[in-house]
Amino acid sequence: MNWTWFYRMGSPLWFYQSTSRWLPLLSLVTLALLVAGLAWGLGFAPEDAKQGNSFRIIYLHVPASFLALAGYFLMATAGAIGLIWKMKLSYIVMKCAAPIGAALTFLALFTGAVWGKPTWGSYWVWDARITSMLILLFLYFGVLALQYAFHSKEAGNKASAVLALVGTVNIPIIYKSVDWWFTLHQPSTIKLTSAPSMHSDMFQPLLVMILAFYFFYALALILAVRVEILKRESKTTWVRELVEQAGRQKMGAKR
Amino acid sequence: MNFQFQDLSEMLLMGGHGVYVWAAVLVSLGTLVWLVVSPILQHKQTLKKIGLNLTREELRNQNGNKDI
Amino acid sequence: MPESNRGFSAYVKRDLLLAYRRRGEVASPIIFFVMVATLIPLGITPEADSLKELAPGIIWVMALLATLLSAEGLFVSDYKDGSLEQLLISPNLLVMPIFGKVTAHWITTGLPLTLASPLIGLMLSLPSVAYLPMMAGLALGTGCLSFLAAIGAALTVSLQKGSLLLTLIVMPLYMPIIIFGSAVMQYSIDGMAWSGPLAILGAMLTAAIALCPLAIAAVLRLITIN
Repeated sequence: MNWTWFYRMGSPLWFYQSTSRWLPLLSLVTLALLVAGLAWGLGFAPEDAKQGNSFRIIYLHVPASFLALAGYFLMATAGAIGLIWKMKLSYIVMKCAAPIGAALTFLALFTGAVWGKPTWGSYWVWDARITSMLILLFLYFGVLALQYAFHSKEAGNKASAVLALVGTVNIPIIYKSVDWWFTLHQPSTIKLTSAPSMHSDMFQPLLVMILAFYFFYALALILAVRVEILKRESKTTWVRELVEQAGRQKMGAKR
Repeated sequence: MNFQFQDLSEMLLMGGHGVYVWAAVLVSLGTLVWLVVSPILQHKQTLKKIGLNLTREELRNQNGNKDI
Repeated sequence: MPESNRGFSAYVKRDLLLAYRRRGEVASPIIFFVMVATLIPLGITPEADSLKELAPGIIWVMALLATLLSAEGLFVSDYKDGSLEQLLISPNLLVMPIFGKVTAHWITTGLPLTLASPLIGLMLSLPSVAYLPMMAGLALGTGCLSFLAAIGAALTVSLQKGSLLLTLIVMPLYMPIIIFGSAVMQYSIDGMAWSGPLAILGAMLTAAIALCPLAIAAVLRLITIN
């Protein structure tokens, strides 16, 4: 099987050029999905029988949680690819995925807390999902801290990649343990976070928002990776030409 | 599918939960915007910085590698 | 015979000897463990009933912190004087010496903790029915803690201020162990069968023994051969 497509993807130049073409469309689609999903969820989805209007926070909380977790796996996978195939671009993706994922995890925690107050009376409840999200945030912090602790970029990349992989192996264990711990201490299993059985009128905007967040993640990641590519490849000819072109455009615009 | 609220002010109130819902919305949008705007700004800055380095190099080469 | 276990017992002996030479330093986590257990009643309440409720959690958090404190130096001195590199370029398997070092670490940290725990239990008014489960859980759990801490130690071996980073990295991985470790004690206090959580701890330890040395070996290779 011809693997050149795979190795071509590892070229920063190829990545930069292809994303330059698709970025405008991606931004448009992301914006459209976010606006549509949010408007639908906030304004048109029916009110929840028990929770009233505060349940609308779900349209932000659930997508953020999804992407926080998916983002971690993406980060770990990028690290693994970097370790196995020694692909620079893969390490760059891993490095850029970390702060985005951490921000989304924080967002999931914040929206969860704000949702908790009107619904169950307090900002923080040690329920299984929220606790697992908190531990996920710590896992992200670990990877971020490790990346910036090394002088040599190579060593930092490798160490973060291994840590991300170790974290990945542990995530199912952590989630299961916390789940078990929570049911142990709450014998009257109150399903605090979203029950899977939701009316389709409430569920559809949620799907839109989840899709919107996936697109958003891709957008944010691509933008960050492009910047990192520029920084690392600053000495190459294609970057120089790009900079000169940008400079000439600015001069042209000024006149 | 119909609009759930009578008018805009009712939507803001969200049946008493307005503070929470809109706080969540604002923080979320703020985070999302920052995650997109920050790399865009950095992109411009990086291009500028590389441009400066290039001009510095050219000047250095013109002067025959003497210290500027 | 030393030959047949490919360096395991050799490294256990070596690290134990090295630890004995700095025995003051090595004893400090245990002393820390005991001292902080004294602080808790001072900080919260001396009432036996409240302490009883908190005891399992306190003991486990203390054990965790003590293990982390002593884990920083696991690979550092070998890294600094070059014996780690010698180990890496030697033709033998790397996992067995690593397994030996971690075992030695457990013997100098986890094992004394387990043996000292009845004393702490006494100070925290732990019900007598929980003593055996506590020791069993600690014995298995601190083994896991040592292996996970070793991963953190390997990742931060070349860093200057590695200790805080080590704690940050390893903490999330410790959460399942704390959950099940204190569950063993809690089950026995509540009169339920505590062999369940204990078995899970045992499974975690088995997985740790099998997988962690591989991860540690990979990390050490990646970081030192740069």
